[in-house]
Amino acid sequence: MNQAQKIATRDAYGDALVALGKKRNDVVVLDADLSGSTKTSKFAKTFPERFFNIGIAEQDMMGTAAGLAIAGKLPFASTFAVFATGRAWEQIRQSICYPNLSVKIVASHAGVTVGEDGGSHQSLEDIAVMRVLPNMTVIVPADGIETTLAIEAAAEHKGPCYVRTGRNKVPVLFGPDYQFKIGKAHVFHEGKDAAIIAAGIMVAEALKARESLLAEGIDAGVINMSTIKPLDDEAVKAAATRCGAIVTAEEHSIIGGLGGAVAEVLAESAPAPLVRIGVKDQFGTSGESEGLMKHYKLSAADICEGVKEAIKKKKR
Amino acid sequence: MAVNEAQIAALKDRARRMRIDIVKMLHGCGSGHTGGSLSATDIMTALYFAKMKYDPRKPDWKGRDFFILSKGHAAPVLYTTLAHAGFIETSELCTLRKLGSRLQGHPDSKYLPGVEISTGSLGQGLSVACGVALAHKLDKAPNRVYAVLGDGELQEGQIWEAAMTGAHYKLDNLCILVDNNGLQIDGPVAKVMGVEPITDKWRAFGWDVQDIDGHDMAQIVAALDKAETVKGKPSAIVCRTVKGKGSKCFEGKVEFHGTTPSKEELEMALKELDEAVCK
Repeated sequence: MNQAQKIATRDAYGDALVALGKKRNDVVVLDADLSGSTKTSKFAKTFPERFFNIGIAEQDMMGTAAGLAIAGKLPFASTFAVFATGRAWEQIRQSICYPNLSVKIVASHAGVTVGEDGGSHQSLEDIAVMRVLPNMTVIVPADGIETTLAIEAAAEHKGPCYVRTGRNKVPVLFGPDYQFKIGKAHVFHEGKDAAIIAAGIMVAEALKARESLLAEGIDAGVINMSTIKPLDDEAVKAAATRCGAIVTAEEHSIIGGLGGAVAEVLAESAPAPLVRIGVKDQFGTSGESEGLMKHYKLSAADICEGVKEAIKKKKR
Repeated sequence: MAVNEAQIAALKDRARRMRIDIVKMLHGCGSGHTGGSLSATDIMTALYFAKMKYDPRKPDWKGRDFFILSKGHAAPVLYTTLAHAGFIETSELCTLRKLGSRLQGHPDSKYLPGVEISTGSLGQGLSVACGVALAHKLDKAPNRVYAVLGDGELQEGQIWEAAMTGAHYKLDNLCILVDNNGLQIDGPVAKVMGVEPITDKWRAFGWDVQDIDGHDMAQIVAALDKAETVKGKPSAIVCRTVKGKGSKCFEGKVEFHGTTPSKEELEMALKELDEAVCK
């Protein structure tokens, strides 16, 4: 992990869009008055004729994106995660997923690290409500490099995709040789005593947790599960068999997101003790990001506690 | 295209035959939306047989005009239109709403060629139509985009979001027809949640507006022709219609929003529609 280098995943998205726009004429981008924040403004500046600001009208934005898709364009629609997946959920269901259109929804400002704007703006349910939709692919990149690759993969993928990005700068975890594949987990460390399955900004926390645990003689695996759907079931099963205990870590509700998805696989195919690190059925609140991560027990230290708890459960 | 009297007569007869197919398929199925299919039949006839460019053998033909049934519950009139236009066999109409049928309760673009996008959840079709129109503007392509909306559907907020988009992006390749039949499932639109003044609303949102009799074939065709000449803004043709048009059994009767003709009602309707040929 190159801690010194930090990039916000939303910035990586903005740059990836511009690169994609240079490669493909069919790429069009829509935003709902948050282009400066989602970073679609970079595309808007480079390709103004292919950028459509729909105003503060998320439902119309999703429908318009669907129309652009049936007319042969490759639309990317962006706004904050809470509005994209909440306000416009039924438009995504009816006009995008039901007809199985290649609309790419890339939403920023997910999770508590939105910070000061508070609970109304901190999306903690988006993964759950996108994951439940048939045809939808859900990707939560861990760093800037993976975001770039995820956007390229989403562009090639036939069908709707939801990609979740964050507001803050996060450590770069991957090198230039990293290969991203939709539906394929990346195993950083196999581990022995327990495996941490993490997504998004929680992957960096999980890697920090592993270092602390090693000092205490605990070998915790770290798996980056950037595709939440389709989930890499085999990676979950292998980790459960290998380590006998699983900890999930996500900046999202523990209900229905990564923790929920992993729980489904474990319960059906590879029973093993599970501890879910995430927001415990609560809304967010105002504060600075780092403080909020501690407040909601999302830090590396909380993951360490989770790992120890999972190991204890195993021994019972 | 300018049409002569003989062509108008042919269109009227087409609409009459389409109504026969609609009531037959709805009776056969035993569920579906009778009133809103019959109120939009003349509009659909004018669109598909006097105005739109399409190739039923190549539903994805790049040069086609796009049609979106935003009031998706009127699927029976769309299916009948697609059958008459040659996209599907008329014999398939009897599969309406059956397990395994391409003719889903509401239009499903995954299964049925000629259906550009799945609809049924009201208020969403106009946004999609705007997206199609934007794409063709971007490509400087001449294709036109048509959508049929219900008057009750105008209660959905998304319609007015899309109305802004259409005007903001000057989508003069887009034309909507509002099937203003005055009734919705719970009763008269004016009683459930008033949407009038409809024409003023569209005008205020920056659209070119025409107010016509939605059962007068010559008026519908003329309005579609005029809409094509509008520059710099989208067109809304507000069509005054009668829900259940075609038979006294259904006309103006709110209960036929979502119910189908009984055997007796079917027989009476067919008699009226057959008689109409002599007029």
